[in-house]
Amino acid sequence: MSLIALENVTADNGGPSVLDRVSLRIEPGEIVTIVGPNGSGKSTLLRVMIGAIKPRAGRVMRDASLRIGYVPQKLHVDASLPMTVRRFLDLPVRVTTPVALNALERAGAGGLERRAMSDLSGGQFQRVLLARALLSKPDLLILDEPTQGLDQPGSARFYRRIDEVRRDMGCAVLMVSHELHVVMAASDRVICLNGHICCEGTPDVVQAAPAYRELFGTGTGGALALYRHEHDHHHDHSHGPADAKSEDA
Amino acid sequence: MLDDFLVRAALAAVGVAAAAGLLGCFVVWRRMAYFGDATAHAAVLGVAIALGFSVSIFVGVFGVALLMALTLWALTSRTLGQDAILGVLAYGAIAVGLVASSLMGGRQVDLNAYLFADVLTVTRMDLAVVWSGAVVIAVVLAWRWQALLTSTLSPDLARAAGIDPRREELVLTLLLATVVAVSIKVVGALLITALLIIPAAAARPLARTPESMACWAVALGAGAALLGLWGALIFNTPVGATMVCASVLLFAITRSLGGMLRSA
Repeated sequence: MSLIALENVTADNGGPSVLDRVSLRIEPGEIVTIVGPNGSGKSTLLRVMIGAIKPRAGRVMRDASLRIGYVPQKLHVDASLPMTVRRFLDLPVRVTTPVALNALERAGAGGLERRAMSDLSGGQFQRVLLARALLSKPDLLILDEPTQGLDQPGSARFYRRIDEVRRDMGCAVLMVSHELHVVMAASDRVICLNGHICCEGTPDVVQAAPAYRELFGTGTGGALALYRHEHDHHHDHSHGPADAKSEDA
Repeated sequence: MLDDFLVRAALAAVGVAAAAGLLGCFVVWRRMAYFGDATAHAAVLGVAIALGFSVSIFVGVFGVALLMALTLWALTSRTLGQDAILGVLAYGAIAVGLVASSLMGGRQVDLNAYLFADVLTVTRMDLAVVWSGAVVIAVVLAWRWQALLTSTLSPDLARAAGIDPRREELVLTLLLATVVAVSIKVVGALLITALLIIPAAAARPLARTPESMACWAVALGAGAALLGLWGALIFNTPVGATMVCASVLLFAITRSLGGMLRSA
């Protein structure tokens, strides 16, 4: 059975509704990536899945024994809170040192255990967050834009690591990403979100879908161009629930 | 031994400082200083009510502080205009408390005694209240420690791990009301927040983990309490204020120590 299933979930982040009747299921062991423009509800969707946001309508069904490992997009450690990497791995459940060191090694963060969280670089911080998420032996690893702030080789390495983790631990992976070109290579299934689910399927199917082309341009060259482009200035990508022209795609 | 007013004062001051130091770490980490202030100011209203209805000060203060803390907890779930809401409630409570106590003409009370308390007058009963409160705070914090720490670091991480961060906030809120109620007779309503924040802040440069910071905060708080008591006797100054001065002194020392350690 599915690890987690959403049925017609409508939710918001305190403002107007950003998710409109979203239904999806995550099966054991698969890598699913959510793509979509800024403000399309990607983070909101993840936060509904971890239980941080209660949907306004619809249902979230979790497998009774589901363990989620969550890697947030950003984590701010207040300067007033002293926290070493080793201590951080003890949250929320204390683990033995060999187990903690093993998780760091697996996440590519070996040797960082004595460092203060506030002294880590962006990439090191991400890997420590990943290590912590692995400690609960998750069935489902949820990552919110895990490679934000990493350079291209860095993020390629990160995705390879995720794939290794999936193979070693057998967990499903659900992640949000901006990097379409990498996503297409690294995922079993891609969900294209823009408030509602525009289209979903294997990377090939999604890339060929009209709704996807409408959002991200055509061809892989176009996708890459869009990725760079998106960070210079803001586009109004909003095409709300009323605009149902691509919903059947 | 407890017959000596000085011994009682020292024990009461150390008890309050230890409890406040421990809880103060969370106040500092979560930036709840103003939240603590508002709860403490509500204590003035609590004193007025306790005197008006002839119930014990502890019951009156705990009741009103609890009500205030719960109101703040409920209101702060929404992020809009928190500062203003805290301000309205804090100063509203203190002003209503002052007005109410002056209206109770028949029983003239000196509210000053509760704004700036005199630890030298604590009774055995007060001492029992202080230490029971300190033990309750220490036990509850130890019990919820991991969940509280996870929620403090990131409410989303807590949610993903099945911890309800709002419930943990509620626990802190209740403990804050407790510390206010037990310490009003020792330091007074105006200086309680100082004992929450200053020892914890002074502990920060000495610590690499949350636990060591909590231990240092208790030690520095207790040290400041004793130093303050001693200073008050020597210079014939108000005890509560002298304790706060001592903790500021310790803060200055650990900060400069921390700076030297970093640059070394």
